[in-house]
Amino acid sequence: MRVLAALSGGVDSAVAAARAVDAGHEVVGVHMALSRTPAAERTGSRGCCSIEDASDARRAADVLGIPFYVWDLSQTFEQTVVADFLAEYAAGRTPNPCVRCNEHVKFATLLDRALDLGFDAVCTGHYARLEHGDDGRATLRRAVCSPKDQSYVLAVSGPQRLAHAMFPLGDVPTKDEVRAEAAARGLRVAAKPDSYDICFVADGDTGGFLRGRLGSRPGDVVDRDGTVLGSHEGAYTFTVGQRRGLHLGRPAPDGRPRYVLGIEPVANTVVVGPIEALAVTAVRAGDVIWFDDVADGARCTAQVRAHGRDVRVRVRLADGLTVVLEDGDQLHGVAAGQSLVLYDGDRVLAQATIEGTTGPGAASGVASSALTAGTAAR
Amino acid sequence: MTSYLDHGAATPVRASALEALVGASATSGNPASVHGAGRAARRLVEDAREQVAAALGARPGEVVWTSGGTESDNLAVLGLYRAARRTDPTRTRLLISAVEHHAVLEPARWLAAHEGAQLTELPVDGDGVLDVDVLNAQLARGGVAAVSVMWANNEVGALQPLEAVVSAAARHGVPVHADAVQAVGQVPVDLASSGLAALSVSGHKVGGPQGTGALLLRRGVALDAVQHGGGQERGLRPGSVAVAPVVGFAVAVAEAVGQQPEQAVRLAALRDELVTRVLATVPAARLTGPSDGPRRLPGNAHLMIDGCSGEDLLLLLDAAGIAASTGSACQAGVARTSHVLAAMGVDEEHSGALRLTLGHTSTRADVEALVDVLPGVVARARNVRQAGAA
Repeated sequence: MRVLAALSGGVDSAVAAARAVDAGHEVVGVHMALSRTPAAERTGSRGCCSIEDASDARRAADVLGIPFYVWDLSQTFEQTVVADFLAEYAAGRTPNPCVRCNEHVKFATLLDRALDLGFDAVCTGHYARLEHGDDGRATLRRAVCSPKDQSYVLAVSGPQRLAHAMFPLGDVPTKDEVRAEAAARGLRVAAKPDSYDICFVADGDTGGFLRGRLGSRPGDVVDRDGTVLGSHEGAYTFTVGQRRGLHLGRPAPDGRPRYVLGIEPVANTVVVGPIEALAVTAVRAGDVIWFDDVADGARCTAQVRAHGRDVRVRVRLADGLTVVLEDGDQLHGVAAGQSLVLYDGDRVLAQATIEGTTGPGAASGVASSALTAGTAAR
Repeated sequence: MTSYLDHGAATPVRASALEALVGASATSGNPASVHGAGRAARRLVEDAREQVAAALGARPGEVVWTSGGTESDNLAVLGLYRAARRTDPTRTRLLISAVEHHAVLEPARWLAAHEGAQLTELPVDGDGVLDVDVLNAQLARGGVAAVSVMWANNEVGALQPLEAVVSAAARHGVPVHADAVQAVGQVPVDLASSGLAALSVSGHKVGGPQGTGALLLRRGVALDAVQHGGGQERGLRPGSVAVAPVVGFAVAVAEAVGQQPEQAVRLAALRDELVTRVLATVPAARLTGPSDGPRRLPGNAHLMIDGCSGEDLLLLLDAAGIAASTGSACQAGVARTSHVLAAMGVDEEHSGALRLTLGHTSTRADVEALVDVLPGVVARARNVRQAGAA
């Protein structure tokens, strides 16, 4: 096959490309330039946006002996991933930019251009497994290396697009093994640190980035009764479930920690309260992408945040997609805007975007359209 | 089997230059030393200097060794400007063409940003040729420290009206520098008859070793050094001279200039065939830059192809074994829009630029290979959904 290997400059994508070469594919490397104003050097644990990262990617391609190009996708990235990130926070939700990047950039703009240029597949260093069916649809499974599993952020691309993807690292047992393989292959990115932070937030200060782009917008921090407890510089810098950084002068009367329960973008208030108020019994989601048929009432597991634990749920298909937690399983602080991914064992069944939740206090109204993360906390 | 159609970026090393380079590489003396080993090294360096001077119409004392075109251009632009302004503080203006190579453009902009230079980038016509009337008008305003106009443009191959530039500047006593990196070996280049104050040459564009070059600086022209050290090259470019590379460079310059008359005829014919056949087989492609041969480098063809990107063309040509270029510079590998095409008023939004440059190793088979694959490559590139349309 003719394979386009996306090279971020990190160790995973370099080893993935190397494995594609070993498998006998005709491989061409491409580094996506995603920042309009790339910094010269990598800072902190950001992974792909500096000139140094582009140089690391080029060096890896040269060591592998494959052609290498840099594609400027900064405009697409700004218009989709960054714009969505800002709009979602402004609306009181918690976006996952990695999901949006896979949805709009990697397995959309990049994949389309690759296919148009005559490539058969795009190879990346993601940790997930794919099985390619004859029907032009891929089956997506969790990676063998479960701590690194990225099926949660990949599912948004759906079975048709992922049919053109290749994840050679899906079956490696550990990241250490990838590093050892890189070293053995003479790839000097073997020891490069992992990236964790949001790649376009230069110093890891998401709140500062949001204030810079959205402006300061002071408002009140209130408890569930509406009593004003403090103030904030912008409701959009808070996330449901957050405990630190509330800067409330006085402790709760019972001395227990307070958490963000919800964000009201219109009133510009942040609602705080005790941890039990974050408890969720059902999650409603929209924009569903199905990998397989799932019947109303079916039992499966669900993941509602990156690196989150699976919970057992029952599926309701009455109004969009709702999952109801099975007795004995617990979820706290589920944020609207994050992805809901359903699994049958390690196989992805569906992906959707979380719109709202129901707490234990609510009636059986899981299908109520008024349920947002904010109102659910009242 | 690959076809190399990017001689404008670097042309293969000449066998004679390689032999000279290797032969001189065992030289261990420093040419600045007075002992026997130093004398032996100096002999090689000065032989090379005389060889380059003879080939390019200069006196040996007018040849300053550098590391290549960019260094020569920087030395000329910064050095001429600073020397002129130092002797006459009212001379604060710098005139360059809008289509200069970045090696001229960036030091000129640096002077404007950091040393108070008033920079004027002179317009060109639709073929990329300097408008001499505008130059004349700018010179008439006075206060000009230096003018820099390239001999031939590296992207679209347009030869600049240097005779007119030099005579206009001479009326105002202003020194003129020309970046002749693309011109040597393609068209006659002669410092004495050009009337230029300074002229830049690069080794790897004429079949010499990479990392070599020279600034030809007319005797009596004031120029301030950019780097400072032990006084080599009359203090204009201090640093121990790289003996063996200089020897290889001189052999390459001599051979390129010696073969220039017949190469110009041969390459122009090959280039014309390439252009004619491409325009006949690729719909909505057009030649950029001067269409008549005498106003263009013989080895240069520059095309705009509608409905695709130059980047995609290069990737597909590379996969088909053809080395080509868009002609414009990259920044961290990201293709930048060409300031040359912008100055010419050429739309790059809906067309891809393709620069094909021929040199001393080019053959008819190279042209055949390109003509065979280009129609299919263009059809494929036109099929690509453009990023940003999402």
